[in-house]
Amino acid sequence: MACAVSTSRSLLDRAWELDPQVSVRPESFGALLYHFGTRRLSFLKDRRLLGVVEQLASSATARDACDLAGIDHDALPRYERALRTLVDTNMLRERAA
Amino acid sequence: MSVGSSLVEHFAQGLDAPICLTWELTYACNLACRHCLSSSGRRDPRELSTDEAKAVIDELERMQVFYVNIGGGEPTIRSDFWELVDYATDHHVGVKFSTNGSRITAEVAARLAASDYVDVQISLDGATAEVNDAVRGPGSYATAIQAMEHLAAAGFRGFKISVVCTRQNMSQLDEFKALAARYDAQLRLTRLRPSGRGADVWDELHPTADQQHELYQWLLANGDTVLTGDSFFHLAGFGEPLPGLNLCGAGRVVCLIDPVGDVYACPFAIHDAFLAGNVRTEGGFAVVWRESELFRTLRGPQSGGACAACSAYDACRGGCMAAKFFTGLPLDGPDPECVKGHGEAALAGVTHGTQPRPSVDHSVPVVLGRRPDRRCDESPLAGVAG
Repeated sequence: MACAVSTSRSLLDRAWELDPQVSVRPESFGALLYHFGTRRLSFLKDRRLLGVVEQLASSATARDACDLAGIDHDALPRYERALRTLVDTNMLRERAA
Repeated sequence: MSVGSSLVEHFAQGLDAPICLTWELTYACNLACRHCLSSSGRRDPRELSTDEAKAVIDELERMQVFYVNIGGGEPTIRSDFWELVDYATDHHVGVKFSTNGSRITAEVAARLAASDYVDVQISLDGATAEVNDAVRGPGSYATAIQAMEHLAAAGFRGFKISVVCTRQNMSQLDEFKALAARYDAQLRLTRLRPSGRGADVWDELHPTADQQHELYQWLLANGDTVLTGDSFFHLAGFGEPLPGLNLCGAGRVVCLIDPVGDVYACPFAIHDAFLAGNVRTEGGFAVVWRESELFRTLRGPQSGGACAACSAYDACRGGCMAAKFFTGLPLDGPDPECVKGHGEAALAGVTHGTQPRPSVDHSVPVVLGRRPDRRCDESPLAGVAG
């Protein structure tokens, strides 16, 4: 499938934003995400991940967003996996950096 | 989708707002399904007005409830149905509505296909007219199929075909799946509850123990493509968790608003014992959701009762509250369809006729050889424009 944006770089080195059809509801455990187009519900299982997601749109890369949200370097792979799930379920979409 | 156990514990303790809720807009219905969970038929004169319904939607928007499952009765019978659907989607509350399909004309289907924020669920309880119509009434299969034809022709992809699993249709699971594929729809299977008129036919319609095991295996094999509304968590007692939360969400992450604004713990629990309040009272729905004694109790620690010693308790958590209640079983005992067989033993000790009856019944009375004494007994549409 043709793709407008290169996928050769790591997810962490690319720029992302929430899909405009996604609503976020913060909760004590993290957040609920609902995509009105796919009608899928997702869960962010910790508040720090919500912090990362909230920083994405104003950050040049997902890595920057993680830094701003105070994620330790050692924890980055875990957050990358969580973001990957959100990309795969169309909750996040890539944007030009 | 499988969810971590710590998250499930959060849900068991309740959220500040429901994730979604069921809203029965009217008790009026042009069908008289034998197992109707809400004993629907006649419109209730105390039904929420258009303005009152819009005020509820405003509240749901403020609470960030993502979507409502609208049902009834037949919700499209309300003359303001489309007005309320538009109002909800304009206010960021998505709508999924259940219908028997009788009003899903080609025009309506085209309109639905054009909206991203409205989803449709066509009720069908048999993959053949013979099996379906025996429960939902003569002609209801053809009506549902016609609606599906209209939706598919309009390009509405992924609408839901909603099936209540019964003893009579359990051998048709693959046929239901094929039917969904034919219309580019998604199959949704839910559990028959002894709620509403369902209590009267439960003995005859509920799946046998063998069928339950077959269903469990079918769901393990097909669960990712089939929706269940989390309704079969009692089957997790067989061993493997099924996709979903495997949790009773009643009063914790879901609830029911009925046509007159009464808030119940779940759609299968229309009884005073599960009545949390009414949206018409001071503070509206939010205060009922957050402060009702009933909901606080449901969000507190639950006693496993007689089930606590069972090896399956962590998986099934004692099963469905409503199924227990309306079959006369204690709420801290086994589900009537307990996969370990404890339900059957417990049911044997229930004296016939002592089970709680629904507090609300809008069934159309069966009147033989006599004219209906009120217009609305004759037709649920009487007095309702459009």
